[in-house]
Amino acid sequence: MARAPSHPALADGAHPFPHAHLLGIAQLKPWEICFLLDEAEQWVEMNRGASKHDDRLQGLTQINAFFENSTRTLLSFEIAGKRLGADVVNLGVSGSSVKKGETLLDTALTLNAMHPDMIVIRHAASGAVQLISEKVDCPVLNAGDGRHEHPTQALLDALTIRRRKGRIAGLTVAICGDILHSRVARSNFMLLAALGAQVRAVAPPTLLPAGLDGFSVQSFTSMDDGLANADVVMMLRLQTERMEGAYVPSPREYFRFYGLTEARLAKAAPDVLVMHPGPMNRGVEIDGAIADDIARSAVTEQVEMGVAVRMACLDVLTRRRRGIKDWA
Amino acid sequence: MMGGPPLAITGGRVICPASGHDAIATLVVRDRRIAGIGNDAPPSDAQVIDATGLVVAPGLIDAGVFRADAAAANAGGITRMILMPDQSPPLDDPALVAFAQGSGKPDVWVHPLAAATRGLKGIELAEIGLAHAAGAIGVATGREAIADARVMQRLLAYAHGHGLVVVTHAEDRALAAGAVATEGEYATRMGLPAAPAFAEALAIIRDCRLAEATGARLHIRQVTTAEGLAAVRAAQGRGVDVTAGITPAHLLLNDMAVSGFRSFARLSPPLRSERDRLAAIAGVRDGTICILASGHDPQSQEDKRQPFADARAGMAGAETLLALGLGLVRDGVLSLPAMVALVSTNPARRFGLVAGTLQLGAPADLVIFDEHAPWRIDGDKFHGAGNTPFNGLPTAGRVRMTIKGGDVVWRA
Repeated sequence: MARAPSHPALADGAHPFPHAHLLGIAQLKPWEICFLLDEAEQWVEMNRGASKHDDRLQGLTQINAFFENSTRTLLSFEIAGKRLGADVVNLGVSGSSVKKGETLLDTALTLNAMHPDMIVIRHAASGAVQLISEKVDCPVLNAGDGRHEHPTQALLDALTIRRRKGRIAGLTVAICGDILHSRVARSNFMLLAALGAQVRAVAPPTLLPAGLDGFSVQSFTSMDDGLANADVVMMLRLQTERMEGAYVPSPREYFRFYGLTEARLAKAAPDVLVMHPGPMNRGVEIDGAIADDIARSAVTEQVEMGVAVRMACLDVLTRRRRGIKDWA
Repeated sequence: MMGGPPLAITGGRVICPASGHDAIATLVVRDRRIAGIGNDAPPSDAQVIDATGLVVAPGLIDAGVFRADAAAANAGGITRMILMPDQSPPLDDPALVAFAQGSGKPDVWVHPLAAATRGLKGIELAEIGLAHAAGAIGVATGREAIADARVMQRLLAYAHGHGLVVVTHAEDRALAAGAVATEGEYATRMGLPAAPAFAEALAIIRDCRLAEATGARLHIRQVTTAEGLAAVRAAQGRGVDVTAGITPAHLLLNDMAVSGFRSFARLSPPLRSERDRLAAIAGVRDGTICILASGHDPQSQEDKRQPFADARAGMAGAETLLALGLGLVRDGVLSLPAMVALVSTNPARRFGLVAGTLQLGAPADLVIFDEHAPWRIDGDKFHGAGNTPFNGLPTAGRVRMTIKGGDVVWRA
């Protein structure tokens, strides 16, 4: 890589990634985040080329253990592993013995006994991925645990913003929607604040968690106030069952006050970037026309960056076991 | 031991909060009962136990355990356990109450609390009067509060008719549903479902008002928040017959203990903020909280080695109750006799037990402990399940001997 590192600590010799696992953004230093983003750049380029293959993970086995339904993230991790030459195996919910009453740790030990070289895990319980990581001998990547963290999503969001805006520090980023139940929001709060962005949480009071001040996040319950002069607007998905009276009276009332419309987006900066982790509920949290406007919307680019970021994570986390120099 | 040789415990600091006795003395036990405290030479036929440098006090009465582990109790200086009705099956039947009452003898006496409602479901009153006749010393709502105010009102009125204390769990059911942590920054960082701390005060305010309306006697097993304590004080000020208890966990740990998803710190109610923890200590100091209990509720490895929210709440506490309670003395919160009262005399009085006292003729339930002996809490060495959030904590205060009805049941 000829590019200069994007964080001065890296040039000064800080270890770029001294972690055995990627469990969350909370454990990462700013330069470690920057290092992963820098590493991902090469894969963005390769993925756009004619031949999308590298052999560095050849002979390594990657298990994607998804205890919670997912299509996009699972596909993204599978493609990331395959493009780096790994043997990728998927364990889906329906095929899991968790349904047969096996405890999570027994499942973890079973997977471990098959000598995987990396395990990617998604689980509905906060902390479940950390629990598994304590019991296995290979790197574990958190692909989303409960409401806790979804670090690769935050990394791909950061890469998208950095490529579009040229920086992250100093930007105002409004994260809007179901903050309470969102692991994407939590990981993004920590990552964006670590890299110097001004972060806002915008949601109805019933969907705002307590203690956001401690994240250096400003809370807004008015969409217009929250979007004012924002450089980036990140919309979150609101699950249907939460819009039927439990947290919000109805989808149409939600869209009326918290949906991203042209009129509302006009409050943001003129060159605002619109993002959404997907899958989108068009007409509920985001106007379809905004989502499709490629000048402003980065939704498909986020998916593209997702593969590159996950390739970088798989590569970096397996360097020690591949015997790469300086990663002993 | 009826008719056997008397026991003389010599040289120890004999503390009896019930009578106010606190001096070096010889305590004589005859026919399973306290036969004298004084400075006379021990009877010539007595078996002598030298307690020089040690404290001799009434055996601990652990008010509100979920498992009556005799071995763990005796190792912790506990001679009586007040058993919660959350057994399998729940203690909602007089025969089950009678069986539970005999389950610990002779090493530890179990005083069951009858289930307040059938199956502890909070809907229909259980046979409280028959349970009382079978040996229940009170009734309890169980691990959770009763959601329906009408049911709670009738329970309090009916139990009062039988002269029984009602033991409640103070968490508003709707607010606490599904929650495993106290709302705040830590719960948010960890993405754990959380309930606001005031869910406790809300339940206390309702139950105290219902106790006031019915004249009932109410004991709130754990009061853990500043607002909850204020509600208890206010009710006590109005003359409501309400008492408050707590466990060492909520006095020594705050919600930071949950970080890293340590499921051993998954408790019910959940650990609170530092501000609430300090308020709880103040509540112990000013007497608002008059009972300290272990909350002994050990869980199996399978139930604890789970993602935090899926792990079962509860900890093993019987063997650490005394040492952690003595921490309050070391920290200057309480005098030693006042702390002894919190774990023996006060629960005995509240539940009408002839125990927690060293007065002449009282059952010879005793603990002899070294107030200052240092040790490190090690769950692996516990009798039975060892899940404790205090694992590895250095502490002080070791039980040297536990005597139940004149018999030495534990010696270390």
